[in-house]
Amino acid sequence: MRISLMTTCLVDVMAPDVAASTVRLLERLGHEVVYDPRQTCCGQMHTNTGYYREAAPVVRSFVDTFEPQLDRIDAIVMPSGSCAGCVREQHALVARHEDDAELEERAGHVAAKTYELSELLVDVLKVTDVGAYFPHTVTYHPTCHSMRFLKVGPRPLKLLRAVEGIEVVNLPSSDTCCGFGGTFSVKNDATSDAMVTDKAANVVASGADYVVAGDASCLMNIGGKLSRTGARPRPIHLAQILASTKEEPFVPSDVMMGRAS
Amino acid sequence: MSTARPVDLGMPSVRPQHASPSSRLRGAEGFPAAARRETQDATLRANLAHATGTIRAKRAGAVREVRDWQKLRDAGSAIKWQVTDHLPEMLERLEASVQAAGGTVHWARDAEEAGDIVTSLVLERGAEQVLKIKSMATQEIGLDETLAHAGVRAIESDLAELIVQLAGDTPSHILVPAIHRNRAEIREIFLAAMPDLSPDITDDPAELAGAARRFLREQFLDLTGGVAISGGNFAVAETGTVVIVESEGNGRMCLTLPKTLISVVGIEKIVPTFQDLEVFLQLLPRSSTGERMNPYTSLFTGVHEGDGPEEFHLVLLDNGRTAVLEDPEGRSALHCIRCSACLNVCPVYERAGGHAYGSTYPGPIGAILSPQMTGMHGPDDPNATLPYASSLCGACYDVCPVKIDIPSILVHLRAKGVDERRETRGQFHGTWDVAMQGMSRLMSSPRLYDTAVRSAGLAGRVKRSGNIGRLPSALPVIPGWTDHRDLPTPHQSFRSWWKDREKGEARGQEQGEHDEEGTA
Amino acid sequence: MSGHGSSAAGRAWHHDERPVRTPGMSAKEEILARARAALAVPRRDAITEEADVPRAYMRADDRSETATDPAKVRDMLVRRIEDYEAAVTRTERAQLPAAIAAALAEAASLVVPPELPGEWTAGIEQRIVRDDGALGPRELDGIDAVLTGCHTAIAATGTIVLRADGLGGRRVLSLVPDLHVVVVEAEQVALGVPRAIERMAADPTAAWTMISGPSATSDIELERVEGVHGPRRLHVILVEDPPPADTTASTEA
Repeated sequence: MRISLMTTCLVDVMAPDVAASTVRLLERLGHEVVYDPRQTCCGQMHTNTGYYREAAPVVRSFVDTFEPQLDRIDAIVMPSGSCAGCVREQHALVARHEDDAELEERAGHVAAKTYELSELLVDVLKVTDVGAYFPHTVTYHPTCHSMRFLKVGPRPLKLLRAVEGIEVVNLPSSDTCCGFGGTFSVKNDATSDAMVTDKAANVVASGADYVVAGDASCLMNIGGKLSRTGARPRPIHLAQILASTKEEPFVPSDVMMGRAS
Repeated sequence: MSTARPVDLGMPSVRPQHASPSSRLRGAEGFPAAARRETQDATLRANLAHATGTIRAKRAGAVREVRDWQKLRDAGSAIKWQVTDHLPEMLERLEASVQAAGGTVHWARDAEEAGDIVTSLVLERGAEQVLKIKSMATQEIGLDETLAHAGVRAIESDLAELIVQLAGDTPSHILVPAIHRNRAEIREIFLAAMPDLSPDITDDPAELAGAARRFLREQFLDLTGGVAISGGNFAVAETGTVVIVESEGNGRMCLTLPKTLISVVGIEKIVPTFQDLEVFLQLLPRSSTGERMNPYTSLFTGVHEGDGPEEFHLVLLDNGRTAVLEDPEGRSALHCIRCSACLNVCPVYERAGGHAYGSTYPGPIGAILSPQMTGMHGPDDPNATLPYASSLCGACYDVCPVKIDIPSILVHLRAKGVDERRETRGQFHGTWDVAMQGMSRLMSSPRLYDTAVRSAGLAGRVKRSGNIGRLPSALPVIPGWTDHRDLPTPHQSFRSWWKDREKGEARGQEQGEHDEEGTA
Repeated sequence: MSGHGSSAAGRAWHHDERPVRTPGMSAKEEILARARAALAVPRRDAITEEADVPRAYMRADDRSETATDPAKVRDMLVRRIEDYEAAVTRTERAQLPAAIAAALAEAASLVVPPELPGEWTAGIEQRIVRDDGALGPRELDGIDAVLTGCHTAIAATGTIVLRADGLGGRRVLSLVPDLHVVVVEAEQVALGVPRAIERMAADPTAAWTMISGPSATSDIELERVEGVHGPRRLHVILVEDPPPADTTASTEA
């Protein structure tokens, strides 16, 4: 299949290896990955902070980038539950707020082909064993938007359990939010900190070497807290584990998720 | 109020009004500041974590047992939509039904009017003391204080409300108002407030509940001929039946022993028919206390000859509810049946506690209800911070028995506040407003964005890749983040990695090299 | 309204001193007018009518309600009442007076509603006060126990539904004494809440009390404590006719 990669702005800048891993993974599975550098952001930050008017041009830019390629690609993949959720649920909302029926319709076409990574793998590419190798203990944090809005359900865990050498251990209170919440982590930093402190403690209590999730934003939050407190577990994105093989194993770098090899 | 033209009795001249400023719906400070203080209180954090954790588990068990739970939620939601969509007719039907059953119906536009109605009723009956059943509506309108001004003492008969009242405190949870207090604290409160209590009492909840039983027993037995005040969980339009759901029996005492019963009920509490109770009496207890059914549910209709109060007064309260009704995107906040499940699953509530919301209605539902009832008057209004008091994790929507889409309404209210600011001259220049406009320009221009990311990448290359620690910055975003966490600084953006890779491939093809492992 | 600068905006919410009331309009007229004005705002979704309410949940006519073996329904009722730390005695009709007497063994005095069947108290030796409608709470507080019948029981929730009538008694009767003994007839047992509400809906304006276990509170650290203001002990006596002899062959593990 021909799959168009929307990295998300955060991954592009802060966690490039997540996108690079997505490319390596999909190519290894025999698919062609295309990347349009005109892509910027899905507009989630603006939308969720209430800046619909300011989100509108971002959404328009997103639609302008991806809509023209729809007849040439099979799917758009985003290594993020919350950004995929924004594309699917909120682009129409923003378009309606601007009374832009044309944008709403075009956004709907793009949204219909947009998938979060685990959805793409399990539902579209029909694969759960991607031939990955990752001989480490991991614990899985289901990010809120992937769990409650996209409802990816057990897909990420199915993918993880099929990885050779991996041990998946239970994360206490796994379904509790890590406290990121986009601008929430800044506007309500004290509460957000209390939340991520508890999440980091639960990751440590799980005994895992890595905490894995499908959203780089949440991982940045949890990883940032783990790093600040000197805790051992490191954050890793689902794409990075699935991209890791015996021949080309994941290399932990100095940078949380930051290796762009 | 315009006096230029005569009073127009047609409906367009009347607009919904926000709740009275005197209502207990707005704190003195915004949520972030209040939460910053509350989250520092280790005892409070521990009390809340223990209590909400316990009740979350109980609720989950009680809900799992019901096979048709999602269908009940669908029905509950639809019935509540039916009520809001037909509220005027429903209210008139309710009034007629209550009157037909011997009750008296009063209408209160706001907190003051409700306070006046109740105070007059109490004073006319010569009561110096009234007993109360826990009620959010009377707390919202500050009824205890209003009565105190008139020389009437209101005694809260619910155990948790009593704890809060004796401590001179305010409730912090819809269902468990003293959730922020642990047993040791409650023992101290009782010892200070109950003169007859033996200092030998331990902090065993059973002993403490026993002390409350003895303390209130005398008040109940003296209630004959007196006045009691309640709220109401449901009011059935079809029959005029008022439903009170409780656990301790204090409600039954207040509903049966006095000569006069006054129920203050929000206009949104209606259910259309008696049969509709089959939905809500399943949804409420399991969502609320996590029980299959709460110990006592009383259903009464007007006055019952020879049984219970001789007089029944129903006070229908607006106080900002019609203002909530005015927003089609936000009005389903009125569907709330006050189960408090959203509080118990909310990670923000669990850490900040109910007082941080500054309103009678805390937690996720409070974050959408309070600002709509009071209005959000500019960026400095404490209630304008409430829609942001959420990470939008969505746990509240999952558990809401009437499927109020709290996360969507939170975002809607954020947008409403932003839009109002944008449309008000001179107001759209806050730090966030400026930053969001700048980010919008950047992120809607592929060219500007590309340049910005590449130059940021360049800066990253100068510094060795790693985490940055605590960092003061001109950007509003960064300090709030790095006060608590590290931030990764990758040495290369993905887009430049991709470009390098493309170049490499192009070069590789030019040179005729073939990398067998590189591509599939 | 608008027009205040950013400094004034800081305390803007203090300016709307009192909510606006329209002169010459009653509170009722005004609230209804406000609601109508609010609902007149254009909306995107459809109006919900009574017929739009999806009633796909298990209603009173659901097969689970109508076709479940009544004995199994009663078993569930018993288990769920016991979950509330209430006592249950299962008895045949002939043994009912003895079961009642046993349940009341520790009570020195008893109050009963006016139309309680006389044979129910045939085994009682203690003082029995038959309610004449004039007993006050202080008198009731001096009585140890109350014995009532019931109107409906709900198996799924372990609930006893009392109607304030000659059998269920005035509401205060089953509230003030510390022990409540209630007799449930087999045919009064519904499986689910909808069937119970349907039974109650035949007389909706009666005074109804639904009782699920003894009075309780969880107000202190959410730890359940039985017995606050209502009866601290609830004892349910379920009257079951003996099963036909031929069904005893199929016993369950």
